[in-house]
Amino acid sequence: MSEWWAYHPSDLLMFAPQTYYRLFELYNASLWPAQILTLAAGVAIATLMVGGPRWRGRLIAALLAFVWLLVALGYFMDRYAAINLAAPYFAWGFFLQAVLLAVVGSIRGHITFHGGKTRTAKTGLAVFVFALLVQPFMGPLFGRAWSGVELFGLAPDPTVVGTLGVLLAADRIRWELLVIPVLWCAISGATLWIMESPEALLMPLAGLLILLLGASKSLTPQEFQRRD
Amino acid sequence: MQLSRRQLMGSLALASLTALVPQIARAQDAPLAKRIPSSGEALPIVGLGSWITFNVGDDPVARDSSAEVMKAFFDGGGRMIDSSPMYGSAQGVIGYCLQKTGNAASVFSTDKVWIANGDGGPEQIEQTRLLWGIDRFDLLQVHNLVAWEAHLNALKAMKSEGKLRYVGITTSHGRRHGELEKIMRNHDLDFVQLTYNIADREAEDRLLPLAQERGIAVIANRPFRRKELIHRFEDQKLPDWAEEIGAANWAQFLLKFVISHPAITCAIPATTQVDHVRENLRSARDPLPDEKTRQRMVAYIREL
Repeated sequence: MSEWWAYHPSDLLMFAPQTYYRLFELYNASLWPAQILTLAAGVAIATLMVGGPRWRGRLIAALLAFVWLLVALGYFMDRYAAINLAAPYFAWGFFLQAVLLAVVGSIRGHITFHGGKTRTAKTGLAVFVFALLVQPFMGPLFGRAWSGVELFGLAPDPTVVGTLGVLLAADRIRWELLVIPVLWCAISGATLWIMESPEALLMPLAGLLILLLGASKSLTPQEFQRRD
Repeated sequence: MQLSRRQLMGSLALASLTALVPQIARAQDAPLAKRIPSSGEALPIVGLGSWITFNVGDDPVARDSSAEVMKAFFDGGGRMIDSSPMYGSAQGVIGYCLQKTGNAASVFSTDKVWIANGDGGPEQIEQTRLLWGIDRFDLLQVHNLVAWEAHLNALKAMKSEGKLRYVGITTSHGRRHGELEKIMRNHDLDFVQLTYNIADREAEDRLLPLAQERGIAVIANRPFRRKELIHRFEDQKLPDWAEEIGAANWAQFLLKFVISHPAITCAIPATTQVDHVRENLRSARDPLPDEKTRQRMVAYIREL
């Protein structure tokens, strides 16, 4: 795009807010009852974050990889691409994150959960539960249709926030796995900001919070991390 | 049919008026039209844009709503609908609406070629044509000067083969006016499309006079800067003299300013509202502001 600085951010938005929100209503209707499956996957992840076998990290990563793949194909390619020319690029980003989660977490076993009692681990779990059970209701809370709820495992925003919670709660911060989720926080925040959505700041704040807490955790030796 | 003396005098008066303003063609109950300089064909001076408004994907409710807007547009005498491959699903939605409203034959179909690969134009145009569901386009334009030399040559070839009626080139947001001016000077164009509204008047300096000099029709995009200008002024009082130019609200005030410029052939506001499309078409009726009133409009806006 030439002379891109001449554009106002709103000039780059190629759809109306009502079209964007209707997308989730149609998406949910077309996928029912897959919502039960992804909710079950979310409950399983939360449960495994609290406790379970030694290899639970591999299973959590596999479940996350699955839902990222689902969002890449089901949401970005099948739905969002109809109204946003950039959606296929977002789909590739989500696909790449699914591969990274599968390789780093499931195959190499680099996502582990042995220190579940640290304050950071508990914060990570709280962030995940927020993404699973609270974030989907932000739309109806601000007056949008219940049928358009954005659910973990199907819609990008709660999937990204939930993943950030898991990565924060893990024993070690895997920075290579944070890049795409944090980038999406910025992209989604910008999109919602331009649409004057009341929850526009949620995603950037979530990304910033995880980056700050992740940096703090990385700089603090594990034996000194606070346990409550 | 016999004419009464009053009817005859009225017709003569109308004929005299038409002679005084030769660019403007008139038909009863239809929006005002201007002649396309390269052909003399009359075109209603208000068209319909599709950026954002027709990009509704496969939402059946929104598609039917778009069809209602299109039906109101044609019922009100509108003809030009403009789109681009850059507008997401808009082209396919236009095709759906044309089929549903049965207006594929009456539309003045206007689209663009927008692809960085200069050789990819014909393939993209064919995809666009299939989405619209029409036999050929009335007007195709090189979008935002992207790979313009290759695309312009391809469009000229299509025109000479009878596969296209008019050739044009576009820019928006006031960008690359210098380059557009060079193209207008050195190439045979039927149309240019550019941004022109009461707040963005840079085109008045060189491009609009050049279009008149070279006999190029001008399409004005962003007549309301999307909705920004309407939102900016909606809480302000319309001047008392707005009635004199037939403007009942700010949208009509702003649109009448655009379409009354002698070089502007057609403005293409976009909307999702049936009421708004009717209101826009009502703007394309007499009286239109003359040059003195246009200056008064600009001065009034500056004071707000």
